Amino acid sequence: MGRTIKFIAKRLAFSVFVLVGLSILIFVIARVMPGNPARMALGARAPEWVVERLREEMHLNEPLYVQYYYWAKGALHGNFGISLVTRRSVANDIKAFFPASLELALYAGIFMGIIGIVLGTISGWYANTWVDNLVRIISYMGIVTPSFVFAIFFVLIFSYVLEILPTIGRLTPGVVPPPSVTGVITFDALITGRFDVFFDALKHLLLPAISLAMGPLSQEARITRASLVDNVQKDYIASERSCGIPERTIMFKYLLKPSLIPTITIYGLDFASILGNAFLVELIFNWPGLSRYGMNAMLQKDLNAITAVVLVLGLVFIIANIVVDLTVGYLDPRIGLGTERSSE
Amino acid sequence: MQKKSLTQEELSRRWENIRRNWYKFSRNPLSITGLVMICIILFFTIFAPFVSPYPESAGKFINFYEASQPPSLNHLCGTDAFGRDILTRIFFGCRYSLIMGVTVLLLIVPVGVVLGLIAGYHRGSWLEIVIMRITDIFIAVPPLILALAVCSVLTPSIFNAMLAISIAWWPWYTRLVYGIASSLKEEFFVKSAEVTGANKMYILFREILLNCISPILTKMSLDMGWIILIGSSLSFVGLGAQPPTPDLGSMVADGSKYLPDQWWISVFPAFAIMLIVLSFNLFGDGIRDTLGVERG
Amino acid sequence: MTKPLLEIKNLHVWFKVFGGILRVLDGVNFTVMSEEKVGLVGETGCGKTTTMKAIMRLLSMPPAIIPKGEILFKGKDILRMNRAELQQIRKEKISMIFQDPTAALNPVFTIGTQIQDAVRFSGKSGRKMKKDEIKARAMQVLKEVSLPDQERVLHNYPIQLSGGMRQRVCISMALVSASELIIGDEPETSLDVTIKDQILRLLKELVEKHNTSIILISHALGTVKNMTDKVYVMYAGTMVELAKTKDLFAHPLHPYSKGLLAAIPRLTGGGIGEGIDGHIPEYINPPKGCRFHPRCKQVMPMCKDKKPPLFKVSEKHEVACFLFQNFGGDCIDK
Repeated sequence: MGRTIKFIAKRLAFSVFVLVGLSILIFVIARVMPGNPARMALGARAPEWVVERLREEMHLNEPLYVQYYYWAKGALHGNFGISLVTRRSVANDIKAFFPASLELALYAGIFMGIIGIVLGTISGWYANTWVDNLVRIISYMGIVTPSFVFAIFFVLIFSYVLEILPTIGRLTPGVVPPPSVTGVITFDALITGRFDVFFDALKHLLLPAISLAMGPLSQEARITRASLVDNVQKDYIASERSCGIPERTIMFKYLLKPSLIPTITIYGLDFASILGNAFLVELIFNWPGLSRYGMNAMLQKDLNAITAVVLVLGLVFIIANIVVDLTVGYLDPRIGLGTERSSE
Repeated sequence: MQKKSLTQEELSRRWENIRRNWYKFSRNPLSITGLVMICIILFFTIFAPFVSPYPESAGKFINFYEASQPPSLNHLCGTDAFGRDILTRIFFGCRYSLIMGVTVLLLIVPVGVVLGLIAGYHRGSWLEIVIMRITDIFIAVPPLILALAVCSVLTPSIFNAMLAISIAWWPWYTRLVYGIASSLKEEFFVKSAEVTGANKMYILFREILLNCISPILTKMSLDMGWIILIGSSLSFVGLGAQPPTPDLGSMVADGSKYLPDQWWISVFPAFAIMLIVLSFNLFGDGIRDTLGVERG
Repeated sequence: MTKPLLEIKNLHVWFKVFGGILRVLDGVNFTVMSEEKVGLVGETGCGKTTTMKAIMRLLSMPPAIIPKGEILFKGKDILRMNRAELQQIRKEKISMIFQDPTAALNPVFTIGTQIQDAVRFSGKSGRKMKKDEIKARAMQVLKEVSLPDQERVLHNYPIQLSGGMRQRVCISMALVSASELIIGDEPETSLDVTIKDQILRLLKELVEKHNTSIILISHALGTVKNMTDKVYVMYAGTMVELAKTKDLFAHPLHPYSKGLLAAIPRLTGGGIGEGIDGHIPEYINPPKGCRFHPRCKQVMPMCKDKKPPLFKVSEKHEVACFLFQNFGGDCIDK
């Protein structure tokens, strides 16, 4: 147990370092931009003295490290400045938009894990049969299709042809959202016992989440299949068979667990692709989340908002990676015990 | 030191090696499919001005008489809202995609590999710490988000899109090479080269780099597809190539406004993206299996 | 004469690969009596492991195919058994110890989980064992292979044990599910020199204590000499010679056996022998006739197109070589 805590503490300390580094990186990138952010924020017709005052306010006339100091001081207090476009506090905007993105990423992540592993496992168990070939073709298609293409086609099919699933927003207009506890509508609905809202929200989630998950889940399926096919040849499976352990126990227990380790290891990378593609998919499904907010900020060069959104999503990605590493360490003693040895 | 003249024997051994790898590669029908698809794509993109039916459609051409026509014998993939031939624009779009993929790889592979070699070889020294911690920072954001962010603060153009993807992508090569180099450092042949007083450059670029070639090649061939995918995502939201440049991502975005009635405007460019990525994936998987590089 | 425990008759195993068919086993005959200790020697790649895996039906069936042959266990053909019968054999009759204990233990489960599952499925047909009963049995077998601190070993992962300890665990798992026959596939190969002997001695003790038969594949010819009653010599998928251990080591007959035995330094002989030139033939196009003829120094014209059957040179000594065609014995293999 102490080992795990030590590991988490180490990773958290490291994450702080990475976040600081990341903030510097983003800050530098944001400030090398040619042109005048204050002018852009105020528009072409604003008088020169107003622009100059905003520059003062944003410390734009001072050296870069002084600017960063002011920015970091604010960020530590949860103040990421004012959005140059909406003139609202970026921190408040993030609080408002974050839960929707979190919900979407969460469901996409769950779909990716479950569907990917199930498909990969079926494919691996029935290796070189028609089932396997079918799954492999599907997963190739899933990998090479950009998620925005999936999104567009889902919108097209379901809003014009099938009309079973909604393609816009988080809830059907007119449905009263449950009181906000977590901000994640499906959770709030469950907590407050509003099952009709829960299902409505779930229906709205389905298409964007699947558009996001298709690529990564195909990747997961392929990795799972490859490691199953690889591991079934291993001596330990032969040895377990020779001890008379039934095939079912071997398949579900002794083969599946080692084979899932590579799958879970790349889960972090696949989650990165979900977070990234959410920028496009939220735009297409008009999903009121942080990524759509960030996308709009990028299109309008809203520096404070861009910096904050990238940092927040960077933090989410870092946390996701810690969870992945912990899971892998827990499943694979070769890694879990290895960290113990290296930290001694 | 680098330009050692090769003996006849060494040459024939290399040739033998290439032939054996080719045999292994060609045994897999999927890899060959990928290679053939890449060759076809290359042919149509290199000779785009000659083989495309309406080369003028690649630019600012406008012909409202032929606007938004469905696929026909005249226009195999139909025309867009300005009356431009979609197939022509796809050929030219593939051109930009491939140029983008190659340029990004040319930019990042040398940088990433050299940094990885240096960090791996100096394991335990401050050089390693500096290089790898910087790498960690770049890797801490999902690559697409970093590329989008960089693009957004620069003026949107195809060149800046390449720059942005490069900034988001180089650390993976550093990581890959670092992993191999730091484990090879302790190997016997590197030690023996050190003992015999070989030049450090020689050790790095000959002994160690030679052993990283297979994973690097594999990664490059797979990354071609991913880079093109990210590039098309950038231009899809308008942060990449600007009109009238025919770019597959922005063609899909433009066309999506006319869905579902004029489906061909976005569907065919989308297929083109999938086809390019698929062929590089098949090819890359074949390379990986041939060179025996591990997955993941 | 008593009936044999295990009898392999004319076993052929082929592997379908991309470039053609690998005809690996080409008519293997092999007999193990009850409580007999049988050695099996031959170069790496001659089909020893394939034969053993065929006994347990552990070969993955494509690419492997078994075009002819029978493997009779107490008179019943393992190759034609249904799932349940086969499972019964694996659960309580026969078990196998693999070359590399690191590969043979599942890296992501504790020793306890693996042994206890082996115990749980070790049969005594149908009777469900209680949890503490299973644990007690697991502790007992670990003790039998002289592992100290069994309680802790149960909670350890394979990575936490040394190579020798891992092999002991493998032996204990085999003990649990093998009341009649243990197959040891080079159980000492991957271990340190100092531990090799310990493990083999332990195996011998256990086999004698439990009255089980053993098939021991080994490159350590000295050990084979000390541990077994009977030895088979295998070359490129065929049995070339079988004899009582004493006889074989004293008077090897087949040119291959002679070369093989000469390849080990002997305490009595003069230094290191000559060995045999060349290596095992390719299995896609194996040599016609006797598979050893391209390497044989005493090759005769007939060796190149006829496959030599086993000729009996004495009661317990058979050799597949035309040199001994007229030695007076009968041909036992038609």
